[in-house]
Order: sequence, then C-alpha cells, then structure tokens
Amino acid sequence: MLQVSQIAKSYQGENGEVRAVDQFSMSVDAGRFAAVRGPSGCGKTTLLLMCGGLLAPDEGNITVAGQDPYGLPPDSRARFRATNVGFVFQQFHLVPYLSVLDNVLAPALASNVADARARAMELIGRFGLEDRRHHVPGHLSTGERQRAALARALLNRPKLLLADEPTGNLDHENAEAVLGYLKDFAGEGGAVLLVTHDDRAVQYADEVVQIRNGRPVAD
Amino acid sequence: MNVWRLVVREISHRRLNFTLGLVSVAVAVGCLVGALTLLRADEIRTAEILDRQRTENEQQIAKRQTDVEQAGAELQDAMRKITKGLGFNILILPEQQDLHELHVEGTLSSTMPEEYVDRLANSRIVTVNHLLPMVMQKIRWEERERSIILVGTRGEVPLAHRDPKKPLLDQVPAGSIVLGYQIHQQLGLAKDDTVELLGREFRVVDTYDERGTSDDGTVWINLAEAQELLGKQNLVNAILALECNCAAQDRVGEIRTEIAGILPGTQVVERGPPALARAEARNRAKQTAVGALEQEQAAAAETLERLESEQAAIRGQHEGFASILVPIVIVGCAVWIGFLTFGNVRQRNSEIAILRAIGVRSPQILLIFLGKALILGLAGGAVGYAAGFAIGAGWGLSAESSRLQELFTPQLLWLALVAAPLLAAVASWIPAMLAAGQDPALVLQEE
Repeated sequence: MLQVSQIAKSYQGENGEVRAVDQFSMSVDAGRFAAVRGPSGCGKTTLLLMCGGLLAPDEGNITVAGQDPYGLPPDSRARFRATNVGFVFQQFHLVPYLSVLDNVLAPALASNVADARARAMELIGRFGLEDRRHHVPGHLSTGERQRAALARALLNRPKLLLADEPTGNLDHENAEAVLGYLKDFAGEGGAVLLVTHDDRAVQYADEVVQIRNGRPVAD
Repeated sequence: MNVWRLVVREISHRRLNFTLGLVSVAVAVGCLVGALTLLRADEIRTAEILDRQRTENEQQIAKRQTDVEQAGAELQDAMRKITKGLGFNILILPEQQDLHELHVEGTLSSTMPEEYVDRLANSRIVTVNHLLPMVMQKIRWEERERSIILVGTRGEVPLAHRDPKKPLLDQVPAGSIVLGYQIHQQLGLAKDDTVELLGREFRVVDTYDERGTSDDGTVWINLAEAQELLGKQNLVNAILALECNCAAQDRVGEIRTEIAGILPGTQVVERGPPALARAEARNRAKQTAVGALEQEQAAAAETLERLESEQAAIRGQHEGFASILVPIVIVGCAVWIGFLTFGNVRQRNSEIAILRAIGVRSPQILLIFLGKALILGLAGGAVGYAAGFAIGAGWGLSAESSRLQELFTPQLLWLALVAAPLLAAVASWIPAMLAAGQDPALVLQEE
C-alpha cells in the first residue's frame, strides 16, 4: 500500500542545511500496522507528511496505493489524498466552530462520500461520541477530541491511515483506546503508519522502525 | 457538508470579526448612500423651495397687478382732475407770423432769433415749464415724392431758476429722424431704416403711434440740421412751451403778459386742446403703474434666481464634500476589511492546513473566504443602506416633508446590495489568495 524508497528531505536551518529525512525506505502493506519510533525532532513528522502527499521529498520515491502522489498536479493530489489517505495528529486539528458531526463530515467537502451522514453517524457511534455529536471541540475532553479526529480520518474509507503522535496528549486509557482503533483499522484491511515516541506502540504495531537523525537505525 | 455551511458556522463562531467587518461595509455603503440621498434631498428641497417661491410670487404679482390696476385707475383719475384746467401747451411765435398760415397750412414762415429761447430760459418766468425751440416748415420730400411738415427740435431748454426736468420731448440726435404715423405707415418705414431727406441720410430712431393731428404727417430731425437744410441758421419759427401752469381764469392772457415782458415782438397762442395734455398725463400715470408692476416681476425673478443660486451653492458644497469623503471612507473601509480578513486567515492557519490535508482544494479555500466576504458585504450593504438613507433623509429633508418617498430609489438599494459584496470580496481577495496558497505542511510541521 505504501512504498517509500530512499527518500530524503532537507531544510535550510540557521546553522546551514538540516537533513530531516535521509535515505529512508520502508513499505506498509494493506492490513499492516507500522510504527516509526524516535525522539522529538528526528524527522518523524516530515516523513509522515511526505508519505501523505503533503511534502515532496528532495530525493527518492513514494507510492501510495500504487500511485506517486507527487506525479499529480496539486488539485489532483488533493483529490488523491481525499480518497486514499486519512490523517490523525497529536493536536487533533479539529475545526473549532464545527460540531463533532460536522468535523467528521469535513472530508465530504473534498470528495463525494456515499451516504456521508450515515457513515459519520456510524463512526461517531463506533468511537462512543453519540452524546457529543452536536458539541464543538472546545466542549470535549482530549480523548473525545482524538476520537473525533480519528472518525474524521476514516470517513472517506482511506486505504492508508497516517497518525502523528496521536497519543501524545492522551492519558493512558485513551491512548490505549486510540492505538486499539488503529490496530482495528489495520485489521479491517487498511494500512497504518504511526509515527510516535510512545513505547506502547510496540505492543500494537506489526512492524516498528526506529529512526534517528532522519535515518532508520537498528533497534 | 458544504462550503456555505462551513462559512455560516464560522461567522456565528467568530461574531466579533464578522461584526467589525459588517460595520466597515455598513460605514462605506452608508457614506455613499447617505451622500447620494442627501444630494437627492437637496434637489427635492430646492424644487420645494422654488415651487413655494413661485407660487408666492405669482400670488403676490397677481395681487400687485390688481393693486396696480386700481392704483393706476385712481392715479389716472387724480391726474385727470389735477390737470383739468392746469396743464396746456402754448406756442410762442414771431409777432409778424400769420396765424392763418399755421392753422390752414400747418406750417410757419416767420422766424425769430434762436437766442430768444435762452433769454426765456434765463428769465424767472413762472407760467411755463418746458421750452422747446423749433423750426417748422412744410416742404416737398422729393426723395419720397410727398409733402411733409419738417420740424427741427433740440429738446428741452432747462429753465435756469428751476431744477432740470426730464424733457417731455427728447431731443432728436443729429443724423436721426422721427416719423409721424402716416409717414412711416405709407412709406413702409421702420426703426433703424435709413432714409434720404433733402439730399442727406438719416436713420429712423422712432416711429410715432397715430395721434389724429398734423403730427401724423410730420417728421422730426435735429434742430441744427433742420436750420441748415432750411437755411434758417440761428433762427427758430416757434418756441413750444408744454404743461404750462396758470391758475387764473384767463390763463393764456396771463402767460402773454409775462412773456411780452421778456420777449417783446412775439405772440402767444394756445397749442392743442387741454385734453391732449391730460391724455399725456394719463398715459404717464399708466406707464408708471406698468413700470411698478414690471419692477415687481423683476424683483420676483431676481428672488427666484437668488434662491436657485443659493441652493446650487449648497448642493455644490455637498457634492464637493461627498466627492472627497466618500472615496476616502470606501478606501479606508476596504483596507480595514482587508486587514480583518488577513487576521481571520492567520487565526485559521491550522484549520486551513487540516482542510488542505484532508483534500480540500485551493479554490475551495478561496471560496470559503470570499463566500464569507460576500455574506459580509450583503449584510453590511443592507445595514449601510438603511443607515445611510435614514441619515441622508433626516439631514436633507424635514420629517414632515411630503416628498420623503421620492428619496427612495430602488436602483440605489440594488447598487448597495451589489456593490457592497463586491467591495468586501475585492478587499478580501489578497488575504483569501494567501490562504488558498498556504502550504499545509509548513503549518502542520510547526504544530
């Protein structure tokens, strides 16, 4: 599902060029849950954004569902993301003025989702947010916010789910629940790429890649 | 879920941002509508004032006309009574002049020195008023193949011991000719025509109405020219004294006695019936009344002109003020809306980034911000129109004005409802483009 081959990404930092990701390769097949672990600033988020079609690598190739997203024009790439990729972030990134239901429905702005409302209600039910569906994010607990974000990521039935420190702001119980949902998604045939420094991820992931200074290292 | 739902939710969430934007649009539109309404009110008020003034003038003139007609009639009557027995004309002739010639031929052949008239004017004579020396001779007007009475006159000679009076007969200027009724009628002559008389060219300066006397067959030229043409240099045939005053029973006798003491060797005859003098006086009374009415009409026209000029000045001031204020306010408000939208974009960086991440395209992001601007403009335009109209109408017209409805123009309302969203959209364009072009990866990496 996800093929990453020798990708690299550099930034111009204050003290010269910073190699955020360097000669990184991996693959995640459908039905697999891969975790990339490493300390803060090791290039995990950069890797995730590149895999999600949001940040073009300087070198190497990425294919998602057999297609190179960077070979597409910007609008087509946006459509590609909408239909193939789901994102979950540490900061949730829920739209603050939309209810849980509307937040979950937000991907429908980008592409036509068959029975979007029914799908949203199904996901809301699945993540235990029925009573909160008309609440705005400001009125939710952090665990509820992350579950709402997860529901939003799954609305379009993506093939690849990219999660950036989704348990970073959660207590143990909620973190375990979110990791369980990711595992379930993979169990249903989706591919999951989780970048985290959370040690609990090891228990849920089928494959764990350790990363340091943008390069995979032996565990 | 659609863009408009997102826009409406965002508006209801960030009410202050929307309210500030709405106020800006309302101020811009309000200024424009207020200024245009005020200018329209100026027009209506000007029309009202001028209509009222016209009506007042018409009523006043109508009343004045009645007054003048009445006063004129009274004056004519008074003049008739006053002049009855007072005003009459005399002719002072050389003693040897055969009066038969005057009465039968209508002409005079004897002469006396022109200096007599000055002597008479310099005396302290009290029984005569206006002295007009003249030569008079029946001649053949060869150029026109007819006989006429040619009169040369130099106008009134002022009496030295009295204030100068307006001459009853104006002097005929050199080179000019005045024609009696029969002459100009039969010869088809009119004012400003040129005629030749005794080998000399004259310009017709006046033509008299019918008088029913020998004047109808008379032409008048300048005395000096007549003396030269008739070979009577420094001589006159008669001195005409008009509006002679004498309260005695034998009026002419008293005048004869006084004049004989000053000009021996002359004779005095009454010239024309007293009724003629009275008719002249009545005509003058009528002319005075008509003149007063004309003055009234001129004053009314002047008042209207002044009012129009004052109103035009007020309108000019308002136009000048509006032409400066309105563009400044509109530009200022547009800049302010731009800043508000820019602030809104910055505030929504994270939201835009996640929307882009989940696949929302740049044109949709653009539409989110421009859609908000359009709603802002529409609401602001409606509020601004209402406020501007109320202020413009309140300032421009009194509340009890019956023409308040005329101020409302649907075109202006439509203009406000179309122009305001356009203004807001144009003002929001640059920040909206920045939002649409934003790189989501940068924001998501920072957070």
